[in-house]
Amino acid sequence: MTTNPKLAPLLLSGPALLVFIGLVLAPLVMTALLSFYDWGQYKGIVAEFTIKNWHEVITDEYYYEIFGRTLRIALFVTAISVVIGVPEAYILNRMSPQWRGVFLLVVIGPLLISVVARTLGWALLFGSTGLISQALLTLGAVREPIDLMFTESGVVIALTHVLVPFMVLAVMAALQRLNPDVENAAMSLGASGFTVWRRVILPQIVPGILSGSVIVFALAASAFATPAIIGGRRLKVAATLAYDEFLNTLNWPLGAAIAMILLGALVAIIVGSNRLIERRYAQVFE
Amino acid sequence: MRHNGALALAFHATFVTFILAPIVVVCAVAFTPEGYLSLPTKGFSLRWFKAILNYPEFLRAFRDSLWLAALSSTIAIGLAVPAALAIARYRFPGREAMTALFLSPLMIPHVVLGIAFLRFFSQIGLSGSFLGLILSHIIVVLPFALRLVLAASYGIDQRIEHAAISLGANSFVTFRRVTLPLIMPGVVSGWVLAFINSFDEVTMTVFIASPSTTTLPVRLFLYIQDNIDPLVTSISASLILMTAVLMIVLDRLFGLDRLFLGSAKS
Repeated sequence: MTTNPKLAPLLLSGPALLVFIGLVLAPLVMTALLSFYDWGQYKGIVAEFTIKNWHEVITDEYYYEIFGRTLRIALFVTAISVVIGVPEAYILNRMSPQWRGVFLLVVIGPLLISVVARTLGWALLFGSTGLISQALLTLGAVREPIDLMFTESGVVIALTHVLVPFMVLAVMAALQRLNPDVENAAMSLGASGFTVWRRVILPQIVPGILSGSVIVFALAASAFATPAIIGGRRLKVAATLAYDEFLNTLNWPLGAAIAMILLGALVAIIVGSNRLIERRYAQVFE
Repeated sequence: MRHNGALALAFHATFVTFILAPIVVVCAVAFTPEGYLSLPTKGFSLRWFKAILNYPEFLRAFRDSLWLAALSSTIAIGLAVPAALAIARYRFPGREAMTALFLSPLMIPHVVLGIAFLRFFSQIGLSGSFLGLILSHIIVVLPFALRLVLAASYGIDQRIEHAAISLGANSFVTFRRVTLPLIMPGVVSGWVLAFINSFDEVTMTVFIASPSTTTLPVRLFLYIQDNIDPLVTSISASLILMTAVLMIVLDRLFGLDRLFLGSAKS
């Protein structure tokens, strides 16, 4: 276009830039400031500088337990997503185009369904009278009804279901960049199926697995609706804790401090691991 | 090309069962004729689907969700198209930082965004308003719109635009008659992805919605936290069926893998 090349990008991106400065940066800065405000049961929020919220979150064992649980759940969800998502992506990638189309719809499609509806399904399956308990009783795998509602295992299962499509997508993207001739060459040189998988395919898709893991971990650590429904009010994670401080206890400054810790930890993990992946596997990205 | 063995297919069947189980269960329970949750159900009835009509608050939330998604994704695409063109065409100081800022809502947990907006809106007098919901949804859906428009903008042959200009078209005509048609697939798929993400958003919205101005997922979430009954299964089943139809349409139009894989790479 004929416009001045110095002015044009500013004019084009100006509106979006203003919106983002006003609606992303400003609210985040205000929340960061809020975490240093004072709060009392009767006086409410007072604009006086204090570090007591940060001190409370960092020293109180109650918060340790919740952040520890959040981390544990996120790690389990990520690990299970790798274990089941990577082989599934590989299997999908080897299907004929017609079948792959159908099953991609089945595997990726749920991402478009409201997470509340998907989690409701697990709430129906869990519980001592739920289908899972009934099935295990009938099979004789357990003696007494098992109740996965309000347990960490239940949250991990439901969250894995919600997030594993992201792992499949990331690994599929990596698999589609592979050159099938390399696999064929390995086979023609006498490598077994397993050897080809371990020595040829796996090393090439590691970056995809890692970036899928980062996405799944970040979303699992900050998940809200699924732990709130399956975990209930007692089994709190970082996101539901912040929600309670804001909408039940009304201690906004403390809630803001929890939110800032969650944000800081996640941004550090995402940026750090992306740097690591890019440096370590620069050659794979060409 | 090698084929999947029996073991691989068995794994695949288990995986697909895992993915479909909760979705199928919601739909199965929704057709119960009983007044309580029962599975396996005896009989088939649309009783609980008809019951939705007796809950105007859910119908209102559904209507508001549609409006919210339509408005916020339209405004987001209106902001994303020029921004994507600026990023794709020009090299200028701060370009990388600006792109990172526009994509940052993907990295910021929605709980944190919800808290930040709750604080911000209560300070500027927008708390509980529909305008507040629109503004916050523009922010969370813009990255999805931007990535797809950006992918389409990189693919344009700029010589076509130069030809239009040399034939006497001004920049506006060139944009409307040449550039926009070329990036249209990215614009349409970006809008659709933005719409879906706005419609499904619950974590951020639960902080800033008010009882009078709320979305369907938020109302459903708050209801489920208190009790799970056949009503929420019939509402969820309706959502699932609608999404399934939309999914098949989208797959025909754009290819679901391209919609997602195109957005998976930045």
